[in-house]
Amino acid sequence: MTPFDEASGQPGRPAPEADPWAQVSLALTLLAVDPHGLRGLWLRGRAGPVRDRVLAGLGALHPRKLHPFTSDEALMGGMDLSATLATGEMHRHAGLLDHAGCLMLTMAERCPPGLAVRLGQALDNAARPSLIALDEAAEEGEGLPNALADRLGLFLDIDGFAWSDSTDIALNPGLIASAQVRLRQIAPGDALARLTRVAAELAIPSMRAPLLALACARAHAAWRGGSAIEEQDLQVAVALVMAHKALAFPENAPEPDDTPPPEPPQDQPDQDRDRDQSALDIPDEMLIEAARTALPPGLLAQLQAARAARQAASANSGAGAKRKSMRRGRPMPSRAGKPGSGARVDVIATLRQAAPWQKMRRAMMPGRVADRLLLMPSDIRIKRYQEQTDRVLIFVVDASGSAALARLAEAKGAVELMLAEAYSSRDHVALVTFRGHRAELSLPPTRSLVQTKRRLAGLPGGGATPLAHALEVALATAEQARRHGMTPTLAMLTDGRGNIALDGSANRAQATLDATRLAKIIAAKAIPALVIDTSLRPKPQLAELSAQMGATMIALPRADARSLSSTLSAALGG
Amino acid sequence: MTPFPFAAIVGQDEMKTAMILTAIDPKIGGVLVFGDRGTGKSTAVRALAALLPPIEAVKGCPVNSARFEDCPDWAQVTEAEIVTRPTPVVDLPLGVTEDRVTGALDIERALTRGEKAFEAGLLARANRGYLYIDEVNLLEDHIVDLLLDVAQSGENVVEREGMSIRHAARFVLVGSGNPEEGELRPQLLDRFGLSVEVTSPKEIDTRVEVIRRRDAYENDYDSFMAEWQPQDAALRARILAARAALAGVRSSNVVLHDCASVCVALGSDGLRGELTLLRTARALAAFEGAPEVTRAHIRAGAPMALRHRLRRDPLDEAGTGARVARQLAEVLP
Repeated sequence: MTPFDEASGQPGRPAPEADPWAQVSLALTLLAVDPHGLRGLWLRGRAGPVRDRVLAGLGALHPRKLHPFTSDEALMGGMDLSATLATGEMHRHAGLLDHAGCLMLTMAERCPPGLAVRLGQALDNAARPSLIALDEAAEEGEGLPNALADRLGLFLDIDGFAWSDSTDIALNPGLIASAQVRLRQIAPGDALARLTRVAAELAIPSMRAPLLALACARAHAAWRGGSAIEEQDLQVAVALVMAHKALAFPENAPEPDDTPPPEPPQDQPDQDRDRDQSALDIPDEMLIEAARTALPPGLLAQLQAARAARQAASANSGAGAKRKSMRRGRPMPSRAGKPGSGARVDVIATLRQAAPWQKMRRAMMPGRVADRLLLMPSDIRIKRYQEQTDRVLIFVVDASGSAALARLAEAKGAVELMLAEAYSSRDHVALVTFRGHRAELSLPPTRSLVQTKRRLAGLPGGGATPLAHALEVALATAEQARRHGMTPTLAMLTDGRGNIALDGSANRAQATLDATRLAKIIAAKAIPALVIDTSLRPKPQLAELSAQMGATMIALPRADARSLSSTLSAALGG
Repeated sequence: MTPFPFAAIVGQDEMKTAMILTAIDPKIGGVLVFGDRGTGKSTAVRALAALLPPIEAVKGCPVNSARFEDCPDWAQVTEAEIVTRPTPVVDLPLGVTEDRVTGALDIERALTRGEKAFEAGLLARANRGYLYIDEVNLLEDHIVDLLLDVAQSGENVVEREGMSIRHAARFVLVGSGNPEEGELRPQLLDRFGLSVEVTSPKEIDTRVEVIRRRDAYENDYDSFMAEWQPQDAALRARILAARAALAGVRSSNVVLHDCASVCVALGSDGLRGELTLLRTARALAAFEGAPEVTRAHIRAGAPMALRHRLRRDPLDEAGTGARVARQLAEVLP
């Protein structure tokens, strides 16, 4: 019996379909076997009893915790103030990165780009074995920073598990240690080429993916007690490491429902083929299939949306309003002041201020203890920060049949031109389009010309006018932007002939009521808006709607891209 | 652990060439590497550190001065002994504070001895070497401004806390980033001499080779390094030879005219493009051991020297690299 069999409590590898929870404990085991090769685990799921079980299992790795707002000093070490003052010599305290063990990042979905880059660099470094990222993304568009998502080998999504589906996880240190001994003896063989091919077929651009998958296959082979990588190891690697990174599944691969589940190779015990032969017999499609079945429906789309939103939002400061703050934002030079009322003392700046005077003060105050720092109230420095709120222009573009198709092309042009201008003022731009029965956020807030051009190029036109839903999506986008600390502005391009109600029915009266209600909410939330009437003969309804929205309205019966753009700039003061 | 050998990086020839050229002539002014994640950008920068020839500097000088008389007063260097040290490659992390970049009051000495002394920052350590910024497109604006100032003047000036400190800060900027996650301000873009675009290799065989070498580096380190270190050493020798040859490489009036024509045709702003193109072509010629710059060198250097200097045209579907290639074909047939 191999160690793997003992661990799973049944002969052979349990099929992932039969016991998904076994995948979870397997992933933790593999991480323990090769923390350096796998680099870490992306654990997606809300806090709760199920996650607590996973974390209890991870406890065996003795992770040290860090959070998204961990300071550089905590991360990389810094001056130990009390020891330095007490002894009169410089003492440093170690940072989290100085410890060679496993790190656990809580609330990883809120990790700022700077921290993500540092942790990513630490993971590239040989001395840092692994990171466990706890991603509690609840809102659409949230997720792990790409710098980390690209580097962490294993991925688990535990949101689908009920408490009754899960069991306690206890890693077996003895078996893990013996697997670690075998690990380095396992040659990559043809696994390396196959995993690389599968990564390419899944359209994963990063070259880290096949390397991490190879580490996973190797760890699984070692854990199982094998001396070479076999088919089952590859399947586990593809399911745990590559599936969630897939950008596309090859179209010629069979749909999961069309074919019976693949027979695990160990179910055919009496075939004495050599390994090359077996590798030829099992095509890459089976590995692709393993990737496909590893993902709950809808998860991949969710992850991709989060990735896109992260990419769009990760660009930093923009041309939004600046405001000074005592608590957050980018640090500004400290100034003299009194602590209290939310202000924090800048200890280092205070000491800097006091330091040059020590000799003189000691001479003036001979009665004081000689090795104590002599601080005066005037030395105290207060931290100040400057917050920068990014501006985001949310274009709401009517792509329905009543807005002529040529008008859509102009709107596309206007958005592109605005983006080119926003590039210099560092604004973000988002695009909501509506046609047929629904509106959609075709472009989350971005400053990337590359992404905008891609999304705009594929935008179709025609159909009914779901104006109310468009307002709903625009409102949601604006509110989410606000939650992320940005200042949203709506710019709506439409002829105003809404004919689809919020519930999707073609009820013009209801559609008008719904649109009015949403317009009032937008006004109540004080989201600045601009409405551009693109119809050839303006009707009063749109003027009413924009009045309810508290929006500025401009009629542009014959607008072209350039005049639209300049009108927008003027109206928005940009 | 020694970084991945530069010579063992599969493909990505333009990126490797650009880095080698800045090692031959630092005046070319840095490299911007933009592209997808996991395409070896960081690997190449770390590898470069191991490849670069060592520098000679005054022992204990915080700014790596070449001569004793260049050492700044505040450093209080007393010995004129010259030592060999690796070319500095300094990481500038995102979210770094201004103090750490420029240097600040030395807290230890201030606290323990009541002295007002200067503690050198990252800019001092990078002098005569490389300053590397990963995810340069996400760098905070105020740090960008600071870097622009210093890169422009070659000098770091600190006036605060009653100190007035200045020291030489001449370094080659290397930046990497992913354009989908935000773009670079034009001012900073222009600061980089060369710019290259990296993508994942398209050929499966090439990809397999990338993974094979990386796996060998991680799991069979000793024999992998034994295989590649001699090749890195050969490349280093070639860079040193090219450095020595650089001053002697001739560039005719025709070549100067070609450089100007390409820049005019592309409408690149200012003279920086022209100068960079000429220097790039000259370094290429030196690297190849050619006695003079030819049109072929200009053609090879133009995409990396000019693609990031073109006026941005959001409605142009083709990338800027394609625009440079198009104009090159017309201007230098």
